[in-house]
Amino acid sequence: MNDRLVQPFQQPKTREIAERIAEDVKGRSLWADARRRFVANRAAMVSVVVLTLVVLFSLFGQFLSEYDIETPDWDVLGNVAAAGKPSIANGHYFGYDEYARDLYNRVIQGSRISLAVGVIGALVAVIVGTIYGATAGFIGGRVDSIMMRLVDIFMSIPYMFVLILLLVVAGRSITMIFVGIGLTAWLDMSRIVRGQTLSIKNREFVEAAIAIGVPTWRIIIRHIVPNLLGVVVVYATLLVPQMILTESFISFLGLGVQEPFTSWGALLSEGTKTMNYGMLWQLAFPLFFFVVTIFCFFFIGDGLRDALDPKDR
Amino acid sequence: MNVQSPLLSVRDLKVWFDIKRQGAMPWTPSDTLKAVDGVDFDLMPGETLGIVGESGCGKSTLARAIMRMVPAEAGTVLWLGNDLLQLNKHDMREHRKEMQMIFQDPLASLNPRMTIGQIVAEPLKTHHPGLSAGEVKDRVREVLDRVGILPNMINRYPHEFSGGQCQRIGIARALIVKPQLIICDEPVSALDVSIQAQVINLLMEIQEEMGLSLIFIAHDLSVVKHISTRVMVLYLGNVVEISEAAQLYRSPGHPYTEALISAVPIPDPSAEASKEVMILDADLPSPLNPPSGCVFRTRCPIAGPECAETKPPLTDRGNGQQVACHKR
Repeated sequence: MNDRLVQPFQQPKTREIAERIAEDVKGRSLWADARRRFVANRAAMVSVVVLTLVVLFSLFGQFLSEYDIETPDWDVLGNVAAAGKPSIANGHYFGYDEYARDLYNRVIQGSRISLAVGVIGALVAVIVGTIYGATAGFIGGRVDSIMMRLVDIFMSIPYMFVLILLLVVAGRSITMIFVGIGLTAWLDMSRIVRGQTLSIKNREFVEAAIAIGVPTWRIIIRHIVPNLLGVVVVYATLLVPQMILTESFISFLGLGVQEPFTSWGALLSEGTKTMNYGMLWQLAFPLFFFVVTIFCFFFIGDGLRDALDPKDR
Repeated sequence: MNVQSPLLSVRDLKVWFDIKRQGAMPWTPSDTLKAVDGVDFDLMPGETLGIVGESGCGKSTLARAIMRMVPAEAGTVLWLGNDLLQLNKHDMREHRKEMQMIFQDPLASLNPRMTIGQIVAEPLKTHHPGLSAGEVKDRVREVLDRVGILPNMINRYPHEFSGGQCQRIGIARALIVKPQLIICDEPVSALDVSIQAQVINLLMEIQEEMGLSLIFIAHDLSVVKHISTRVMVLYLGNVVEISEAAQLYRSPGHPYTEALISAVPIPDPSAEASKEVMILDADLPSPLNPPSGCVFRTRCPIAGPECAETKPPLTDRGNGQQVACHKR
């Protein structure tokens, strides 16, 4: 009888645990938990790898090529469909576009602009939206009402119309696209953040912090923002492809970036015009990067949401 | 020093909330919800005051008004001679380290993104910013050890603990600045019975050690009886009775107290089956539109015409029992 009581403590594992009690135990934070769940999500992890490759390609791809984005190859011009096919041998890996320019370099340059629009646009939306929404939510009362009614008013304006008008009136430029997209993208973000702030503000741990006497700014930084971050991160990831799609649509309409610069939308627009002449590659290469990137962002966003909010699946 | 001078003395404290009726026009005057309507009591050093009453009778609001977490409409809260309600934000912060609070939901009152070490250290860092990291850590370990949490758990997160452990962490957070008063807002309602006993015994031990005063809010009368020196019964934001705990349970003065005590279950099936429970008619009236005179008269078995006219004052019946009733 006595033996059976003593026995468990003689097992090496139990003894090891008993010894470990002396030192500090490492806790597992919610962030660590989320990271573990995210890493276990295969689709999301593959997407992270693929997206990293796309980004690296758009940053360093031009070093693998001796051509640039704007010089036409006069020998091929006029006969692109027959002589401009993709070829590893002559260094035009993705072939020529309709003006006999090197498509490989144009895709790299387009990727850079599209990714920049997506990431910077989402970043602006996140920063402005979070500050605006958290302020409205935390202060509450009349300030909150006025700030959120303003958002409602902005939201009721058809933004694509405004964006197109802006580009027509102020001239086509990439800066105008940033301004136009940035003007509207933060509205959703601010609503989400405000709602989240309202619910966190009434949680007992915030009340506890107030009772302790923690200053307001420290409550916002230490208690509200960390609990807000999960939702913001997920929404930001889903916002990036939305920005890319908007920019592509504008560029597809011909209102986007100026020649010789290009973007995925502009490349796709040119590609659709020439696919009937047998130049399918001009559509296929930009389309491939476009689709792959959008998918990656969606999978990562999904993975983040599942990882940060396991109860909400 | 006079031992009998109260630590906390609340006079005619009123907490009113403005409630906008649903669908009301912006210019229609809003209704007034009198959550706490003129409460007086004294709290002696080292004493435990139990506050009982139904849901929505203003127990928690009273506690939050004393802590200045909800604005009070009128009245005074004298804390060691200073009126807390008149202090500015900065001076109030100075006093917050002398009074701490324990909350109802143990897990929800701990920030899920912080380790328990950070959580327990927060009051200390707020009120003693000069302490070195090492000193803070030592104090945190000491206080965690005192409440029965292994000090090597400081890097763990709240969700890794059980409800009872979380409440112990909440107690540690309240104790670390060595307060003189702890307000416990239903600290054991969310715990199961065996854990309730552990947490309450811990509170009582610590009270003895540190000479703390407690304000203990609960709706479980047997728990309140166990821990309290005196008990205050609230009904619709009004005090209906304050008395020594033993006296209150032996001979309740107010009909409402009587009804409450008759409803306490007895842990003996045969006694429980044969005992008489005084069941009150009707529901708690809306605090938006409380009855005139005595707020309890709509449900009182012995109410008479005079009860509708004037509000009965709290009157001392000798032996320290104060009751607000015309009839008794």
